Amino acid sequence: MTSLLTITDVRRSFGDVTALDGVSLDIREGEFFALLGPSGCGKTTLLRILAGFESPDAGTVTLGADDLTAIPAHRRPVNLMFQSYALFPHLSVEKNVAYGLEREKLGRAEIRERVGEVLDRVGLAGAAKRRPHQLSGGQRQRVALARAIVKRPRLLLLDEPLSALDRKVRAEMQLWLKQLQHEVGITFVVVTHDQEEAMSMADRIAVLNHGRVEQVDTPVALYGAPRTHFVADFIGGNNFFAGTAVPGGLLDGTVLPGLPSVPDTIAEGDAAVLAVRPEQIRIGTGLDDAVLRGTVLDVSFYGGTSRFAVRVADRATPIQVQRQGAPGFVPDQEVDLSWSEAEAVLIQPAASG
Amino acid sequence: MLKKIPFWFAYVFLYVPILVVVVMSVNAGDSPYSWSGFGLGWYAELAHDQEIRTGLVNTLIVAAGSTAIATVLGTMLAVGLARHTRSKVLDAIATLPVILPDIVMAIGLLAFYSLIQLTLGLYSVLLAHAVFGTAAVAAVVRTRLTSADPALEEASRDLGANGLTTFLRITLPTLAPGIVAGALLAFTLSVDEFVIAFFTAGPQSPTLPIVIYSMVRFGVTPEINALATVLLAVTFTAILAVQRLTRLTERR
Amino acid sequence: MKAKLERITLLGPGLGYLTALMVVPLALVLSYTIFQRGRFGGLVYEPTTENFRRAVDPLYLDVLVTSVWIAGVTTLLALLIGYPTAYVIAHLPKRAKTIALVALVLPFWTNFLIRTYAWIVLLSPAGLVNDALTGWGLVDEPLQLLYTKPAIIAGLLYSYLPLMVLPLYASLEKQDGHLLEAAANLGARPARAFWTVTLPLTLPAMLTGCVFVFVPSLGNFVVPELLGGGRTAMVGNLVRDQFLKARDWPFGATLALAVVAMLVVLLLIQAWSGRRLQGSDHA
Repeated sequence: MTSLLTITDVRRSFGDVTALDGVSLDIREGEFFALLGPSGCGKTTLLRILAGFESPDAGTVTLGADDLTAIPAHRRPVNLMFQSYALFPHLSVEKNVAYGLEREKLGRAEIRERVGEVLDRVGLAGAAKRRPHQLSGGQRQRVALARAIVKRPRLLLLDEPLSALDRKVRAEMQLWLKQLQHEVGITFVVVTHDQEEAMSMADRIAVLNHGRVEQVDTPVALYGAPRTHFVADFIGGNNFFAGTAVPGGLLDGTVLPGLPSVPDTIAEGDAAVLAVRPEQIRIGTGLDDAVLRGTVLDVSFYGGTSRFAVRVADRATPIQVQRQGAPGFVPDQEVDLSWSEAEAVLIQPAASG
Repeated sequence: MLKKIPFWFAYVFLYVPILVVVVMSVNAGDSPYSWSGFGLGWYAELAHDQEIRTGLVNTLIVAAGSTAIATVLGTMLAVGLARHTRSKVLDAIATLPVILPDIVMAIGLLAFYSLIQLTLGLYSVLLAHAVFGTAAVAAVVRTRLTSADPALEEASRDLGANGLTTFLRITLPTLAPGIVAGALLAFTLSVDEFVIAFFTAGPQSPTLPIVIYSMVRFGVTPEINALATVLLAVTFTAILAVQRLTRLTERR
Repeated sequence: MKAKLERITLLGPGLGYLTALMVVPLALVLSYTIFQRGRFGGLVYEPTTENFRRAVDPLYLDVLVTSVWIAGVTTLLALLIGYPTAYVIAHLPKRAKTIALVALVLPFWTNFLIRTYAWIVLLSPAGLVNDALTGWGLVDEPLQLLYTKPAIIAGLLYSYLPLMVLPLYASLEKQDGHLLEAAANLGARPARAFWTVTLPLTLPAMLTGCVFVFVPSLGNFVVPELLGGGRTAMVGNLVRDQFLKARDWPFGATLALAVVAMLVVLLLIQAWSGRRLQGSDHA
């Protein structure tokens, strides 16, 4: 696949605060890409650099063959869907959508045609004459999206696209956005702090923390083979154990089975962390391959799944376990916990600080 | 930089006339326009001007009296409008004095006073000034009320306090900064007001603006420069003090 | 029942006061417009349309038109100077912004007559402006600056300029910065973004400022008298003279009604423009 956007060693600080500390990324043509991280991780700064509202202190950004940083914001073939939508309150829906096309000095007929077409696509043809304040949150979002895609940008940026919507509309929108991206074939870059949003929509995700890229991978790989402690902790639930790497696992009083997420990064005898997901742990009584033994502390039932907190002797934090269906165990019950080497990952401990 | 030209022009435009007046006030010569050396003679003249002293006393009486009425009526009105009605008409009545041209209010009051055969004096000005004073206090207190939490009053009632106790112990203390600001505004507006006073004051009770008006009209003397400078100094100090005060109370 | 009592206690005195000393006087002025002037001043309660007929007599109509023209030019100048000023203030850093705002309103709080007086000092034949002009050799003789229409306009502008800047500043200040970024993102150059986004969104504030400047300018009689020297009478002077000199109250009331009518029209336009943006932050 050809790469569309290349970000190389981009840095940006505001006074003493380093927002981006050498970020390099490669985003491919036609991809649905997500920048994921907690607030303050630098994702918004990166987005603003791509849109042209900020410039990097160092580093390069190229789109295709062009140096993007040399182009002023209003000439970039990059459009942004703002988190607040930033719809023009004094303009009707169709005028909002036509705004960008009018700047391209297109003919009236063509503008009308393209606006009609895109409003059809987002299902707002009937609301063309309305003002933004007469629309629901979901409708406003679709206007914002229509306004951005009608320009047929090479790159579409979406800033926390679902954060302002309530739960039910979110799920709908999530699916719809993905379909839309498929239909229009524009490269999407979503910025979000919500891992669920990123995981469910994106082809690939870059996890950012403290202005650095922690890992770039597909959702499945991020989840199954986190490379850093931060990624393992940020995405999904995890149980962590600290100790020394041994063949096939981690020595921590007992040997806990697990394999390095990245082969050859951890040698025998190195300090390491073992991460095992709650749903990878089997819970039962009298298991042959029990890794740990403990007492059920708490049971909660979530409909489809049940979760347990299990206290294991000599360990400060209880171990989180999840399984399908009804609980089947009660508090104070003695249980065995087990998992295999392939179900847990060994990662390097987080760098101090 | 070019874009800032109107900005700088605006400030030069606003301050040059004031500066000229201030500089000319310490002019030794007889001309209010042309400089002939430093002297404080006109301030001495000002200090002995009986007319100005009468005007000043009248103005302070009118301002104090109208502010007292306006503060009580305006505060009650603000609470009543914010908490007890949604009527647009009542709203309009309370804001009308702010937007109505002063000359229209002045002739209306003159007509009204003559209809009820009230002899014009100082109190007729005082009552007239209380009208826009009330509107000013009500407006300022209302902005304070909208930012106050009505749950405070509800909590007080819930804890067994009656309407009066709630008003005195909860509503008023919460509104105190707004009431003070409103009263200051009403006072300043009254001190400065000319047109309504001109129409409704009795011939024996001119306020300071009326005295200034007749001085300016019947010949420009450097004494006005001195008077203007004193007034400028008083207002500037007052405004800056209020500014400082509100900053302090907001920080708390 | 108790709530009703409370409502009456709180609203009654204030509204009663405003009704007695504002609503009733206004109604009086309005009713006077259809009555006749008595022989020795006073009123004769016989309906007539004579006052309105007189008001459109070329003699008085001319004054009305001149007043509207002067107030209009003042308003236009206030807008042309005030908008960029408000724009610059709104974009200053926080501390400088506070200083600029205080500096803007300070002269406004000084006595209105003193402010007008300052212009007599500036514009008189021996005043600073003429001194400068002759000093630099731009003119040989002092110019007649005082007692002209431009002098009236300068005086009115001086008095009411802050009333234009303040609403514009408030509107510009609360404008969502993302809207301009959105405009840039959609391909608008900064100048284009200003004309298509900032300007339309500040239209209600512009109209508010215009009302604030136009209405008091129109009804003013002090500035035309002191800076216009009575040569250029405005409608405010006519009203004043009808009430205090000619003692023709019905006709004075009719002229005042013209001022009120213009105020109402302007307020309606302003309300309409605000409603167009309803639901936005700029309503």
